[in-house]
Amino acid sequence: MSTPRPEGWQRLHPLSPVVRGGRATIAIFIVLIPIAFGRDTLGNEIPQFVVVAVIALAGFVSWLVTRWRIEGDDLRVETGLLRRQSLRFPLAQVQAIDVVRPGLARMFRVAELRLRMAGSSGATARLAYVAEHEVEPLRDQLLALARGARLDEGLAATDSDSEPEPAQPEEHVLATVGTAPLVASILLENWWIVAVLVGLLAGFAVSPHRVGDLLGGGGFIWALTMVTFVWRRFNQQYRLTVAEGPDGLHLRGGLIALTAEVIRPGRVQAVRLVEPALWRPLGWCRLEVDVAGKQRRKGEGEAQRGQLHVLIPVAGRSIGMELVDRLLPDRPRELSPPPPRVFWKSPFRYRALSWGRSETCVATTTGRLRRVTNWVPLEKVQSLRHVQGPVQRRLGLASIHVDTAGRTVHATLRDRDTAEATRALADLTDLARAARRRPALA
Amino acid sequence: MGVEPEEWRTPSRQLLTLRRLEVGVPALAVAVLLAVAGATSGGNSAAYGFAAASLVVGALLLRFVGRRYRSWGYAEREDDLLIRRGVMFARLSVVPYGRMQFIDVTAGPLERAFGLATVRLHTAAAATDARIPGLEREEAARLRDSLAELGEAQAAGL
Repeated sequence: MSTPRPEGWQRLHPLSPVVRGGRATIAIFIVLIPIAFGRDTLGNEIPQFVVVAVIALAGFVSWLVTRWRIEGDDLRVETGLLRRQSLRFPLAQVQAIDVVRPGLARMFRVAELRLRMAGSSGATARLAYVAEHEVEPLRDQLLALARGARLDEGLAATDSDSEPEPAQPEEHVLATVGTAPLVASILLENWWIVAVLVGLLAGFAVSPHRVGDLLGGGGFIWALTMVTFVWRRFNQQYRLTVAEGPDGLHLRGGLIALTAEVIRPGRVQAVRLVEPALWRPLGWCRLEVDVAGKQRRKGEGEAQRGQLHVLIPVAGRSIGMELVDRLLPDRPRELSPPPPRVFWKSPFRYRALSWGRSETCVATTTGRLRRVTNWVPLEKVQSLRHVQGPVQRRLGLASIHVDTAGRTVHATLRDRDTAEATRALADLTDLARAARRRPALA
Repeated sequence: MGVEPEEWRTPSRQLLTLRRLEVGVPALAVAVLLAVAGATSGGNSAAYGFAAASLVVGALLLRFVGRRYRSWGYAEREDDLLIRRGVMFARLSVVPYGRMQFIDVTAGPLERAFGLATVRLHTAAAATDARIPGLEREEAARLRDSLAELGEAQAAGL
C-alpha cells in the first residue's frame, strides 16, 4: 500500500499530446518528411508548417495546464486553459481500473489509466498518459485507496479482516485464450461475413469485371468495414488472460493495443454466457460480465460500444461454467422449462427458454439460434416488471423482466404460467430486498 | 401469494377527461370537416360515409381510452412502489425505494391546464419504465417528497 509518491500536483507524461494525437501525429510526420529531406523548398511548405506548429503548440499547452493529485479519498484532475475544469473522482465509487496502451503509446513507453466510476452518468477518469513504469504502482495505490475508502464507509464486510497488503498482488491465472481457437471462433460467429468475402473472391476469379463494378459501387467500403470489425475483435481479444488477484479479476490482453483491467469483486451487475449457433457443435462459449457505468466511451472503437466486458472470448463450456461459479458461488443449479403450450407463442425460442433461482441469484436462458444464459445477482436488481401481452393472455402466460444497471443484459423470465409468474414476482421482490440488506447487516 | 396490494391508488379523474378530449375533439373535427366537404360538393355519399366512419372510430377510441385510464394504478408499499398499467400489454413494475436515483415531476401545457402532473422514477437501469401520469398537483408533490424521503432512508449502493 505504501508506494511512496511525492505529494502535491503532478503532470502527465510530456509525450502525452503526441500519443493522444494518434493518427494525426503520423500524418504530421508524413507532411514533415518531404521538408526534412529537402525535396521541396521551404517556401512552398509554409502553410503546412504553420498548421503543424499551431497543433503542436495546442498540444503543449493542453499538457501544461493539466495536472492531477490524490487528495485523501479522491482523485483530482485539473485541466483546460480557457474553460478551466476541476474534476473530483471519489475513489470509493471506482468500478474498475483499466490500463490501455495503444500502438503509439507502446512505442513511447507510456500508458493510459482509466478509472470507471459508478453512477448512471458513468463518468470515466482518464490519466492519459503516464510513464509505463509508474502505471502499475499507481494503479495498485488507487485500488488500495478505493478499497480503504470502501472499508471506511462500512460497505464491504466480506473482506474486512483479510489481508490489507496488496504490496505484490498475487495472481492466479484462471483462463487464457489461444490464438487458433480465437481466430476460429471469430470466423465461425461471423460466418456470413466470411461467406460474403469468399463469394467475392470466387466471383473475382470467374468474372473480375462484374465484381470490380460491385466493389466500386459502395461494396468496397462495406467489405472494409466488415474486415475492420473482425480485426478489431481479434486485436482486442488476442491472448486475453483472466486471473484472480486479491483486488478483483485481472484481465490482460491485446495484440497492438494492450489493455489491462481490474474488475473489483461485488461490482459485477450481471454475467452472460453466449453460445453462437456454429459454436455449439464444438461446445464453445463466451463469457461476458456487465459492470455499472457506461461500457465503451469514445476513442474505444465504435464497434465495441454496445458490447459487454468479455471475460473469455472463447472457451469450453466447462471452463466457462467454472468461472461463473467463481463469480457467483450460489448460482441456481436447476433451471425449469416453460409449459409446452409456449410452443404456439415462441416456436423457435421455446426449446431454449428456462429460468431458475437460488437465494441470491436468478438465471434465465433464451435465444433462437444463439443461446444466451444470463445470471443476475439479486442484490443488483434495480426493478422488476411483470408483463402480459395479448397472445400471452390467451395462453395464460406472462413474462417477468429483471432490470439491471447495465444496458445490454436483458434477463427475462419469458412465457411462464400466470400463477408461476405471479409467485416468482413476489419471491424475487422479497429475495432482492433481503439480498440488498444483507451486506449492511453483516 | 403475489405482490398485489389491497388497494390501488389511481390517477385523477381529470386525466380521463383530458384523454377523452384528446381523441374526441380530433375525431369530431374530422367528421365535421368531411360532412361539410360532402355538403358543398353536392351530396357526395363517400364523404358522408367517411364522416360516419370517423365518428365510429372516435367512439371506439373513447372506449379504449376509458379502459386504459382504469388500468393505471400505483401503490406505496413498505419497501417498494408498485405501478400497473396497460390494457393490451398489462405491465406491473416493482421499484424498490432503495434503487431510486432521482424523481422527475413534469407537466405539459395540456396537463397544466387540467392541474395535473406526471411523476417519473429513475433507477440505474435504463429499462425501468416507471411513471405515473395525471396526478393532481398536490398529490404529485406529496408523492415526490415521500418517495425522495424513503429513497434516502433505504438507499443501497450499486
